[in-house]
Amino acid sequence: MTREELIVPENKVYGKPTLMNETPMHYCPGCSHGVVHKLVAEIIEEMGMEEDTIAICPVGCAVFAYRYVDVDWIEASHGRAPACASAIKRLWPNKLVFTYQGDGDMACIGTGETIHALNRGENIAMIFINNAIYGMTGGQMAPTTLMGMKTATCPYGRQADLHGYPLHITDLAVNLEGTCYVTRQAVNTVANIRKAKKAIRQAFENSLNKRGASLVEIVSTCASGWKMTPEQANQWMVDNMFPYYPLGDLKNTIE
Amino acid sequence: MEGEGVVAIKTKSRILPTNFLLSSIKRGSGERDFMTEEIIIAGFGGQGVLSMGKILAYAGIMEDKEVSWMPAYGPEQRGGTANVTVIVSDDPVSSPIVSAYDTAIVLNQPSLEKFEPLVKPGGTIIYDGHSIIQPPKRDDINVYCINAMEEAARTGNSKVFNMLVLGGFLKVRPIATVEDVVKGLHKALPERHHKLIPMNEEAIRKGMELIQKKN
Amino acid sequence: MDKNNDVVLLKGNEVIAKAAIRYGYDGFFGYPITPQSEVLETLAADKPWETTGMVVLQAESELASINMLYGAGCTGKLVFTSSSSPGIALMQEGLSYMAGNELPGVIVSVGRGGPGLGTIQPGQADYYQAVYGGGNGDYNTIVLAPNSVQEMCDCMGKAAELTFKWRMPVIILSDGMIGQMMEKVVLPPYRPRRTDEEIAQQCPWATNGIGLKKRKYNFMSTLEFDPQVMEERNQKMAAKYRQVEAEEVDYELYRVNDETEYLIVAYGISSRISMKAIDLLQEAGVKIGMLRPKTLWPFPNKIISQLSERIKSILCVEQCEGQMINDVRLATEGQATVFHAGRSGGMVSSPMEIVEDFKRMAREKMSNNWPKGYWMK
Repeated sequence: MTREELIVPENKVYGKPTLMNETPMHYCPGCSHGVVHKLVAEIIEEMGMEEDTIAICPVGCAVFAYRYVDVDWIEASHGRAPACASAIKRLWPNKLVFTYQGDGDMACIGTGETIHALNRGENIAMIFINNAIYGMTGGQMAPTTLMGMKTATCPYGRQADLHGYPLHITDLAVNLEGTCYVTRQAVNTVANIRKAKKAIRQAFENSLNKRGASLVEIVSTCASGWKMTPEQANQWMVDNMFPYYPLGDLKNTIE
Repeated sequence: MEGEGVVAIKTKSRILPTNFLLSSIKRGSGERDFMTEEIIIAGFGGQGVLSMGKILAYAGIMEDKEVSWMPAYGPEQRGGTANVTVIVSDDPVSSPIVSAYDTAIVLNQPSLEKFEPLVKPGGTIIYDGHSIIQPPKRDDINVYCINAMEEAARTGNSKVFNMLVLGGFLKVRPIATVEDVVKGLHKALPERHHKLIPMNEEAIRKGMELIQKKN
Repeated sequence: MDKNNDVVLLKGNEVIAKAAIRYGYDGFFGYPITPQSEVLETLAADKPWETTGMVVLQAESELASINMLYGAGCTGKLVFTSSSSPGIALMQEGLSYMAGNELPGVIVSVGRGGPGLGTIQPGQADYYQAVYGGGNGDYNTIVLAPNSVQEMCDCMGKAAELTFKWRMPVIILSDGMIGQMMEKVVLPPYRPRRTDEEIAQQCPWATNGIGLKKRKYNFMSTLEFDPQVMEERNQKMAAKYRQVEAEEVDYELYRVNDETEYLIVAYGISSRISMKAIDLLQEAGVKIGMLRPKTLWPFPNKIISQLSERIKSILCVEQCEGQMINDVRLATEGQATVFHAGRSGGMVSSPMEIVEDFKRMAREKMSNNWPKGYWMK
């Protein structure tokens, strides 16, 4: 059988969401970003929100997110996506407004904007890709880098006296009155991908229904930055990241 | 003026002495066909200096005049000295700050010391009798005293102090009618305070009686 | 209708807020800082979200404010922020991004004495900050310079128009004195905010999702990996800037005629004080007038060049140690010598001080001491 003979509707078991375009992704093999992008595209499509979505991407690996998912995107300056989103949601209250940020963007340079947007209870969803490293700039220490973990700027491992401790920004968000939904997910297995999708959808619905701020952390891999194969990276994440950043809902006021 | 009398400015037409400006800055009333009154009101924060200026400016608007109100702003207002420059004019106001004043209303000693020298020759200074220990000394200006603090204390209503002073000012420099000031009060005060306007009007009229010429 | 209905006595800062509501602004995002806090205070008291639907938000910082403006501008909304010197400094990054994406947005800058925290008293030391910008890259912003409370009001309307016409941020460069002083002002009539449909029509480039199914998606990004593409973007913007320079220069002459021998160039509050100084000098027979730039970028180069052909010397009055003076010198094309006058750090010249500065300038000229004259103090 040829390839063409195989690709027919009756054989179809899986399809790319129509909002995902043909642009080749710049992400490394095994990177969690691709999976989360697909989930975002699927959910917007399922919700029928294509014309009512305003998405804000960060500076970091996801800086080019606008190239892959066919909705209107804004690339914010480094760390300021929550400020950007706050204004947009207030000016367009019936739109689905979400940010898509990495650990350096959300939990380091943009901590102030993150905390305040969450605390004001802005009706936005925030997707937080936490891979404990700076991917785009080539593997430097992130605010969420684990103790002892080696990066380009902590080549002998993260030490408290030199570098301070990993920042649990998601746990901080739980204590802010403006948040309605705070959860930590992963996309390393099919089961986890399904759970993550459910979580992102809930966050998007919270934005639409003006229930307050939602934060979905996705504990992620960075095979390149961690200098591992994708498979090793997934295992390393399970062994090292999950104990430090345990999965599950941390707060949900929408029942 | 600086003491360099010999230096002159040469223009095409004429040579001017450096001190030419002293004469040109004399009070303009009578020389020009329009009215401009440049006023400084100065005292302690809390004496109602800024609001008095504001009411005066509003009264000017009621008379279809051009006005400006320029406070010395900042934290020093609170409890420290406060002052505001008010200009009421038939012509558009050029500079909201000026180098010399037609009238200075001084409500404490430091303000008197600061602003007495800046009153234009032939101008007016008004001071509160209770707040000033050393009265003005200049004889080329009109000096008036108003015992507004005493009157306010006597009636037990310290809040009308600034309106008593305003009344005194309007008596000697009638740049607006009491009616227009009352109209200005309606504009300047939030509605919830409008019930206080008759009391203020009474104070303005009382101030007009209280003011006394001192030279 | 009572003719005085819309004639009010307001502070410059207050009128910014009231004009924004009336000109149909969609939102304000700002952070308190002296001497402009009355802008947010007035908006908060007037509650425009209950009437025109205008959004008002006190941000956590100037950094957040400008990025709120950035986000809002991306979606085609008419929004503004207001701040003073150190706060505007914090906004420079965001301004560069806004310029890079060719976004609308109005920034009101109520200057005070600097550098650093400086003082809270009026200053004009932010000419460079506004005109040359502190943000990175090849960009310009339109800079309007009001000199009265009425012009603060009018500038809000003009900025709203220009920022969409040219798709570039507009800065209204004011100072603590115009912000804090009260003058008579005629407020404009209420203009309704644009509907979503009008925004979609006016801003087909905006990232607001409207009509997405019938068009390619929009995105806002300043990042280019290909320098050639980046250069093309810069060239396109530069061509636009040259057009703005050709069309939007605005200035005013005061007591300038064929006889004029001396010229003052001043903007904002300095121009008001200079008017009084000019009146005093004219009374004494000095043939002096003033050119007041109403737009600082684009700068009125042409008229200054024309006047310099026959003017003896120019006094550039600004409340700083000399910033605009360099643009004036360039504009003269070497035909006239330019002297500086003005105070700094929050001190403001009185009319008499400007007169004294003029006299010093005239003396310098007589003593044939031109080159040294540049720094008068």
